[in-house]
Amino acid sequence: MARVKHAKAAANYIHHSKNPKAQHNAASHLRKKRDREVINVPGWEHLRETASQIKMHTLSNLDKYLEEFERKATQNGVKVHWAQDGNEMNEIVYGILDQHQVPYLVKSKSMLTEECHLNDYLEKRGIDVFDTDLGERIVQLSKETPSHIVVPAMHKTREDISELFHDTMKTEKGNLDAKYLTLAARKDLREKFMNARAALTGVNFGVAETGTVTIATNEGNADLGVNKAPVQIHCMGLEKMVPRQMDLSVFLRLLGRSATGQSITTYSSHYQRPKPGGEMHIVLVDNGRSKHLGMEDFWTALKCIRCGACMNTCPVYRSGGGHSYGYTVPGPIGSIITPARDINQYDDLPFASSLCGSCSDVCPVKIDIHGQLLKWREVIVDHGIVDKSKSIPMKMGSKVLSKPSWYRFAGSIARKVMKQFPGLVSSMVKDWTRGRELPEVPKESFRSWYIKNKKKNDK
Amino acid sequence: MKVGLFVPCYIDQFYPNVAKASLKILERSGFDVEFPLDQSCCGQPMVNSGFVKEGEKVSNHFKNVFKDFDYVVGPSGSCVHHLIHHAGIGENEEEPKVFELFTFLSEHSDVPVMTKSFPHKVGFHFSCHALRGLRLGSSSELVEEPHSIVKPFLDAIPDIEWVPLENVDECCGFGGTFSVFESDVSVDMGRRRLEDHQSHGAEYIISMDSSCLMHLEGVSRKQKDGIKFLHLAELIEKVM
Repeated sequence: MARVKHAKAAANYIHHSKNPKAQHNAASHLRKKRDREVINVPGWEHLRETASQIKMHTLSNLDKYLEEFERKATQNGVKVHWAQDGNEMNEIVYGILDQHQVPYLVKSKSMLTEECHLNDYLEKRGIDVFDTDLGERIVQLSKETPSHIVVPAMHKTREDISELFHDTMKTEKGNLDAKYLTLAARKDLREKFMNARAALTGVNFGVAETGTVTIATNEGNADLGVNKAPVQIHCMGLEKMVPRQMDLSVFLRLLGRSATGQSITTYSSHYQRPKPGGEMHIVLVDNGRSKHLGMEDFWTALKCIRCGACMNTCPVYRSGGGHSYGYTVPGPIGSIITPARDINQYDDLPFASSLCGSCSDVCPVKIDIHGQLLKWREVIVDHGIVDKSKSIPMKMGSKVLSKPSWYRFAGSIARKVMKQFPGLVSSMVKDWTRGRELPEVPKESFRSWYIKNKKKNDK
Repeated sequence: MKVGLFVPCYIDQFYPNVAKASLKILERSGFDVEFPLDQSCCGQPMVNSGFVKEGEKVSNHFKNVFKDFDYVVGPSGSCVHHLIHHAGIGENEEEPKVFELFTFLSEHSDVPVMTKSFPHKVGFHFSCHALRGLRLGSSSELVEEPHSIVKPFLDAIPDIEWVPLENVDECCGFGGTFSVFESDVSVDMGRRRLEDHQSHGAEYIISMDSSCLMHLEGVSRKQKDGIKFLHLAELIEKVM
């Protein structure tokens, strides 16, 4: 299915969705919580800089750290797998589950497996997947995709969820009590956890020196899955690496605060070796990351620790909603990752920004997000895939504006036409005037006024 | 000291009063100001749309027009940000230094004497390029000592009441060509900004950038909410 371009999908969300303010309200709330929390951290800006440096160093030596990680994890008794792309990851996971004749999988939040469409892959092969993060469970039950990487059901209201749970779990109709609804989901999932023979998680950080994976959750759902099921699988993007255990003291302080305004997530779990009689697998997934790492202007986007702060702060994201981006990772960071994966498919996303720069200032690892958005625009134009409705005015504009006499002529015509035929101009610039009036036209430009009133005084 | 007045193209065409006010404030502050007649645009609309070479042609024209000045001063955080940070004007010693109007005044002069009363409730819109681009104030995302180059000017206006805002530095949604190519999102963002100002009782919205104001005023007039808009230079000129 062809992807709907951002401007159209966002307009649809604004004008036709049931809760066009849901995403804005929830995301703004998180941004405010984040502000209240970070202000109390002495040296917050220093912490961000340190995290950025660690990630830059790690990414610059990624081959070395990945090999160290594999060596250590293998010594710990972990089976390490390498997947070049999403399909290979899916095959590897399916292979493990098939070998153990596992009827279903409990899975904690993992945007990587969303990116690679693991659920579809497994379900087509007869293995059920139960997402155990409450937000992901909600979008799974409503057959949607996450609208936010940390809060997957951010676009839904309590009313939506009450209705969904009534339809899927037979909860009381119209009961909006959050505790009641959460307990219903918990009861439903608890039975799945207790009988699970395999659990899969995403990974927040892979520690090279120990071969450990670190997973941050608020619900403890990763732990319930992993500790109960004999087979545990952790899927991890290559860029999740940090060199040392002590580096977590930097990243865990930044992650919870930036994501949800918590000083730390409720659970920060470190998995190092299989439980007695169990199996532990780590799947290291590339899926376009090493290609991205080779892009001189864009590789630092891989510093991202997926906190979602850039989404929460982004007014474009909050207006148009997370689904308008048409990719697992939406918002500003998604708009600089996607063109690195497929420039033709996502050529609209770097333009889905007012370049206000809030994303770069809020980013805990100091990715120059809006700088990269601008740079991607240049690359996309050079690639020749920009619509003529953009390229013709830009080229004409450049000609007119670099020649003063042309500029003055165009300006005077524009002002006259706008004054005498406002309707004509309105239809020409209908994208402007749909929600806005045009500026009122003055009788003369500043330049004309200056020549009449100032220039002669100089002489 | 030779000061060249840079008047961004849309201010020249649509907001001549902003340029007149800027000129008057600079002259009142004792500067010898000239408006070079051959100027046009800074090139930002092209560069921000990805047309870098096209934008360079325009900024090269800018360089040429202003090459004999010591300082270039313009009433726009956004265009000046583009000229300094993207076109790189001023990196070379020979080239003039480009300043946003109030930055120039605060570094080279005093706050103008303002005597007339402006007894209104007013909201201030700090444009993103002035704030996070030129760093003329502290942005709400960063943990830093509060600072603002415009505060002394805002505080000096007699009898004005600045209203507090829920989101002090959220983007208005203009974003240059973004306002047309993503017009639904742009307008939605504009409405949200207006609502913030209006819910705090603002009769006027003031900014250092007419581009934000053009967008906000356009949304405001369409929804007929009665808010009035002034560039900070216009406001100061009114009360001088």
